[in-house]
Amino acid sequence: MNKARSACALVAAFILAGSASAAERSITLASTTSVEASGLLANILPQFTAKTGIKVNVVAQGTGKALDTARRGDADLLLVHDPEAEQQFIDEGHSASRRQIAWNDFILVGPAADPARIRGGNDSVAALQAIATARAPFVSRGDKSGTNAAELRLWKMAGQTPDTLNKTDWYRDIGGGMGQALNAASAMNAYTLSDRGTWLSFNNKGSLSIVVEGDGRLVNRYDVIELNPLKHGDARLEAAKVFADWLVSTEGQQAIGAFQVNGEKLFNPSAPSPR
Amino acid sequence: LQDFFEIVGLSLGVSLAATAIATAVSLPAGAALAIFPFPGRRLVVVLVNAFFGLPPVVVGLALYLALSHSGPLGPLGLLFTPAAMVMAQAILAIPIITALVHRASERAWSRYGDELVSDGASRAQAIPNILSIIRAELLTATLAGFGRTVSEVGAVILVGGNIRGLTRTMTTAIALQTSQGDLSLALALGAVLVGISISISATVFALAGRAKTAGSDET
Repeated sequence: MNKARSACALVAAFILAGSASAAERSITLASTTSVEASGLLANILPQFTAKTGIKVNVVAQGTGKALDTARRGDADLLLVHDPEAEQQFIDEGHSASRRQIAWNDFILVGPAADPARIRGGNDSVAALQAIATARAPFVSRGDKSGTNAAELRLWKMAGQTPDTLNKTDWYRDIGGGMGQALNAASAMNAYTLSDRGTWLSFNNKGSLSIVVEGDGRLVNRYDVIELNPLKHGDARLEAAKVFADWLVSTEGQQAIGAFQVNGEKLFNPSAPSPR
Repeated sequence: LQDFFEIVGLSLGVSLAATAIATAVSLPAGAALAIFPFPGRRLVVVLVNAFFGLPPVVVGLALYLALSHSGPLGPLGLLFTPAAMVMAQAILAIPIITALVHRASERAWSRYGDELVSDGASRAQAIPNILSIIRAELLTATLAGFGRTVSEVGAVILVGGNIRGLTRTMTTAIALQTSQGDLSLALALGAVLVGISISISATVFALAGRAKTAGSDET
């Protein structure tokens, strides 16, 4: 009986502790995986929390899933990178404002053997066409993330649709995050499209390296999206606004620009002059 | 390193709480299932045993939709909190513990059942006696439940969200490290998880062994 009682006490204490921490001033940020996996948020959030006392709980998901989480009312703020999906979210009336906070770029990475012979180029569409012609293995995120959407837009310019791609045996839709895609590409000696932030902080590159970069079509924009109070009255929008405003403020922009991995800057702050 | 202890602490806290809840439900349920005949009992037993293999990701998804702000339990505001993870793990552990307790109780009941109710005691009053007869098996059942909860990743990553400092457990941290390509760090965390599981089971068995000798001295 004593055992049962102490077990109950433990459970009660635990649940109380859980709800107490939820009652502090905190917001849930649904973000794309790249800003979390690259270490950006872990790097800049302590500065924001120290200043305002607001704790930011980051749920890192692909952009498609993050937008869905917010649609259902389970997030207070969004940090995502898929202009088309964002526009749809705004058209549905979910959003009050969208502001760009930073940009970097996508890159094509590939194996040392480079079977499609695209290394060193800067035309991403021509490179994809060469991959298709060579029938070289290509890993797709296949998870409706911002990077997945960007990849499919590039394939469309290269004359391929998801239907035609999925019929081939060299196009491998893994349905996973950026890290999983890079792990898979490394293991299969395949090409894949990555955001530069995740790539630079990724530690299992194997024989992979950057093969194509510097194409204007590879720009990757990160937006902070506030929710519409008429649709999301329960959300902690006030605290969310404080964070969104901080991200575009001089201080927040400096914090983003100062973040480096191995001496390389991962995100270019761009709130004053969006790309 | 502070992160590390937070993660280990949360993993243990969530799993122990879930196991405690699951045990509180499953012990009486498993024994009652063996003692009380009712129509459809066989079916319930089959279902409980089938739910042994309940896919965590399905439990996670169902609970996610229920706890979502637009779901039926949304007003509780539990999504992306440790409480949601406790719920998910308890749901996963209950069928395991119940099935194991039921199996042991059934054996004990067929052997001692007549004795236990012969002096006019009701079947409900026999439940604590049955549980005390099978206490060694209860330990195994509870540890099996704990093993399921502490090693699980599919459900807790969905309903917890793998939030740093709030809902990041050892298993979700391993998933995250793997996705960042830090395979050796992920493997090291995995080794720690296995080590913790082993020490918990060893401690419980040691305590049980001591309790057993102490108990036989008293009576």
